[in-house]
Amino acid sequence: MNIKRYFSFSLPVALLFSLFTFFNPSDGFAAMQDNTSLVAAPDTTVEQLVTELKKEDKKFNAGEMIIEHVMDNHEWHIAVIGDVQLIVPLPVILWYEGKLYTFLSSKFHNENHSYQGFKIELEGPHAQKIVREDNEKAKVYDFSITKVVLAILMSSALILFIFITIANRYKSNPNQAPKGIQALLEPLIIFIRDDVAKSSIGEKRYEKFMPYLLTVFFFIFFNNLFGLIPFFPGGANVTGNITVTLVMAAFTFVLTTINGNKHYWVDIINTPGVPWWLKLPIPLMPIVEIIGIITKPFVLMVRLFANITAGHIIVLGFVSLIFIFGAISTSLGLGVSVVSVAFMLFMNLLELLVAFIQAYVFTLLSALYFGLAVIEPEHH
Amino acid sequence: MGLITPGLGLLFWMTLAFLLLVFLLGKFAWKPILSMLKERETSIFEALNAANKAKEEMKQLKFSNEQLLQEAKNERDAIMNEARKIRDKLLDEARTKANEEASRIIESAKESIQNEKMAAMTELKNQIAESSLTLAKFVLQRELSDPAKQEEYVHELLKEVKFN
Repeated sequence: MNIKRYFSFSLPVALLFSLFTFFNPSDGFAAMQDNTSLVAAPDTTVEQLVTELKKEDKKFNAGEMIIEHVMDNHEWHIAVIGDVQLIVPLPVILWYEGKLYTFLSSKFHNENHSYQGFKIELEGPHAQKIVREDNEKAKVYDFSITKVVLAILMSSALILFIFITIANRYKSNPNQAPKGIQALLEPLIIFIRDDVAKSSIGEKRYEKFMPYLLTVFFFIFFNNLFGLIPFFPGGANVTGNITVTLVMAAFTFVLTTINGNKHYWVDIINTPGVPWWLKLPIPLMPIVEIIGIITKPFVLMVRLFANITAGHIIVLGFVSLIFIFGAISTSLGLGVSVVSVAFMLFMNLLELLVAFIQAYVFTLLSALYFGLAVIEPEHH
Repeated sequence: MGLITPGLGLLFWMTLAFLLLVFLLGKFAWKPILSMLKERETSIFEALNAANKAKEEMKQLKFSNEQLLQEAKNERDAIMNEARKIRDKLLDEARTKANEEASRIIESAKESIQNEKMAAMTELKNQIAESSLTLAKFVLQRELSDPAKQEEYVHELLKEVKFN
């Protein structure tokens, strides 16, 4: 559990680590040899680091650390400064047997990790799951404001603020050249309108889908970028969370389905250009087509989730490498840190590209599905 | 909350937040932004069209100006030609008139000269006749005694006679 918090600081931590050990080799080396786990934060001094390391007797487990980072959490770890752990406690909202329970997640910070009869799992495949102490099988509906929920709310607020500001600027000086943030984001808006919506859905019907496509694009793009920031307001793995991508893919699915015209449904039920024996007596083609309707949003969901999560995992893997090798030999860890930092820098730059590409791909595919649903048959 | 199992709470919040975001952005951001973008594009399109039209008009105007100028030039040339013709005509007339006058003057001068000459001749004849008569008178007055002296005397008289 403690390890998770170090992740957000992957890059600065690694840099600081190499700096500390470089300027004060004996302390740094001692710390590395004494302990195998990583405990560091950007502000820690070597002494604090050493004491912290000594307290920690858990072995460093890269896999556990990585999985914990890319998953949701009931609290938001910011940093460890000396003995002080900077943690943002988040509201826990539970619905159990017709009653609503609300309290801060910091209440779980006790020996049993329990409060009001609820227990939080800290390890294993169900980590962060809240169950009843007396009956672990009992249904507890968890509507807590978790790390990802908070990140969604914060980024949504920021997106709203930015685009309403831009909208006001458009209103206050109409027909003028764009300025500042307006000029920065206008090309993206026009790109989504012209190259995604217009070309995929068609000149006549694209306007209806514009609010959704623009929202999806900027929501994914902004959250991808926030995910790359290693500090508090960022660092949450929002677009790499299956629930988040599921909701967006479901919206695309619902919009496609309710906008589907006669032509779209006829193509699915009675696919033209297919031999009749593929449709009767066993409706093979219709079944394939109906499966296709489901797989389209499913693929959208998995693609975004897998890409973003993989990006996070790779960066974290490079961080872990430093400590895995550092545990074997300090000098080896030092040597690896240089390579790791270089690779992390490369990966972060690559992730910047991925942040845009995945937002673009999700929007483009949504637009293509809408286009298929609303297209009118061509009369030859 | 597994890595690949959706969580109920997050599902709820994400749906709520995303619906709100689509609604709010759609109402307060995308609608004005897209309409303003469209408006700006149409205004730019119209401005370009208007500029092209103005260019065309300028061309037309320039052409008609040139035409006007050409016409004016032609007119000027015509006027100049006319003036030149009139001038030449006037000059000719004047010259003819002057010539006529001159010849008329010369003619009358000649006439008066002739008249004067005739008068002078008449007077000369009269003078000669008078002188001859006077001479004869003196000759006759001296009696025809000595022919030699008479001859001398005639000579003397002749010397006295002056044709003035």
